[in-house]
Amino acid sequence: MSILEIKNLSLSFGGVTALQDVSFRVPENTVTTIIGPNGAGKTSLFNCISGFYKPQQGTISYQGEVLSGRIKPPQRASLGLARTFQNIALFRGMTVLDNIKLGAHVHMKSGLLGSLVYFGAARREEMMVRKDVERRIIDFLEIDHIRRQPVASLSYGLQKRVELARALAMQPTVLMLDEPVAGMNREEKEDMARFILDIREEWGITVLMVEHDMGMVMDISDHIAVLNFGQVVTEGLPADVQKNPEVIKAYLGNSDIDSLRTKLNPAGEAA
Amino acid sequence: MRIGDAKQTYESDEAIWTTATQKFWFALFLLALLVFPLLANSYLLYLGCLVGIAVISTTGLNILTGFTGLISLGQAGFMGVGGYTVAWLSLNTGLPFPITLLLAGLMAAAVGILVGLPSLRVKGLYLAIATLAASVFLHFIFAEWEPVTGGMGGLSLEPAHLFGFTFQSDFRMYFVIVPLAVLMVLAASNVFRTRIGRAFIAIRDRDISAEILGINLLHYKLMSFALSSFYAGVAGGLFAYFYRVVTPESFPLSMSIFYLAAVIVGGMGNLLGGILGAAFMTLIPEALKLLTSALTPFYPNAPVFMSPMLEIIFGALIVGFLIFEPHGLAEIWHRIRRFFRLWPFRT
Repeated sequence: MSILEIKNLSLSFGGVTALQDVSFRVPENTVTTIIGPNGAGKTSLFNCISGFYKPQQGTISYQGEVLSGRIKPPQRASLGLARTFQNIALFRGMTVLDNIKLGAHVHMKSGLLGSLVYFGAARREEMMVRKDVERRIIDFLEIDHIRRQPVASLSYGLQKRVELARALAMQPTVLMLDEPVAGMNREEKEDMARFILDIREEWGITVLMVEHDMGMVMDISDHIAVLNFGQVVTEGLPADVQKNPEVIKAYLGNSDIDSLRTKLNPAGEAA
Repeated sequence: MRIGDAKQTYESDEAIWTTATQKFWFALFLLALLVFPLLANSYLLYLGCLVGIAVISTTGLNILTGFTGLISLGQAGFMGVGGYTVAWLSLNTGLPFPITLLLAGLMAAAVGILVGLPSLRVKGLYLAIATLAASVFLHFIFAEWEPVTGGMGGLSLEPAHLFGFTFQSDFRMYFVIVPLAVLMVLAASNVFRTRIGRAFIAIRDRDISAEILGINLLHYKLMSFALSSFYAGVAGGLFAYFYRVVTPESFPLSMSIFYLAAVIVGGMGNLLGGILGAAFMTLIPEALKLLTSALTPFYPNAPVFMSPMLEIIFGALIVGFLIFEPHGLAEIWHRIRRFFRLWPFRT
């Protein structure tokens, strides 16, 4: 059963076509990855799903229901669609803890009056969120040592991790990660890959990600869709996608497939 | 030097004062505020009341400009709405001051929401101009809506009263203004411990990612406008009770700039900064006047020479602070605190 289904999606800005008749599905409780060369439309697709762009054609169905253009980004967030950004979009003036707590915003109810007096229900709610964030997220992502620090003072890898924490605090059903390991060193990448797998296995969250690091993509994905020039080239299991001549062409622009196949697949599986 | 930070509960970790030392100093500060009017002469008392009013209004503007990132030049207009509401209620109803001040705040909040409506589309300097237009518009209403506002002559009002007790002197007004200022600043600091305050800061820092987290931008921007104008309205109401007259010229445009400067000099997005900024902006001109009179015995010409200089010195001080301490007075305060906390070690 697919939790997210994209059907015949087309998006263009003036004369520039970003997405053209894109269809693919995200099976429930999988790590699904969208790959493709730069400018293929991966981030545009993410922006359509989270509601920033309105596609001219096509539908996006989430849990069996079509997300119309009238459902704005904040509502999509409360429906359980969380995401991180390619160029980290944390609140730099706040501490790590406050950033993560903001993720829980949609699940909190206290109003302005409650906030002003900070008493009773408003206070209890804040404490519950704090407890939940501490035990479920900060502990899990191993960022307890930096919880008091302002985000601006952290390294790139840690900032990415805090952004993941913030998305998890939203208690999402589908977690969209835009290049979660870009610019990280090997150790940070391994950590992130482990977190992503744990998120799927232990928390039952469906992960949809865009990523360029092929090693990681092939290792942890259950399902891959390949995008090129705004169109889906193919989708399927990592092993099948790896062997697809169209994919190799999209990446390397060469028809001498046999020699390239060995390069793309250094493990040397029989071509 | 303070060592260790062994908190047992999340409640104690999220408290406004996390250490006994902080609680002690705050209690001492409250005591000083209580004792001050008993010792102060009428001039100092007058200044104390003015600072109290300025603290409330600056805190309000800080919520909007410092924490939510929406620049407003309408503060004087919102204060005017509060001032006129109190004046009108005092003349036409016999309501006691807690109710008139509350209504003044609510009225200003309603006007604030209206003025805030363009803020979803208009940002930065453009929003400043939009609020400036609103301020001019409000000024026009104060001057022209004679049956209600008394036109250019304005309105004179009765002293504030509660249960038959009237607050006609500065000494008595002090006990209305200062406790209210303390309560309102504490309420503001509560807001920034909860989801609403975080949403405000999120909008300031990165509005797109605030939206992705489920924060409805228009809703929270309007809420920030309403809250900020509520503070301005209460401050304006106190202003009316304090001077017992409101005219269109009581709330000039320069007052909006005064409060914006107080927020910037004090430290944007820092409640303590708002307090320090309000005190600084209110007291420095007075201090310069005192300096002039102190110089007069030695230089008989001092008043002639100094009176045009005052504005220049005042302006230079503000520019100086912006250059040498862009994070405002609050940052100086934090540095001093850090020094004592780390003493005798330094970092």
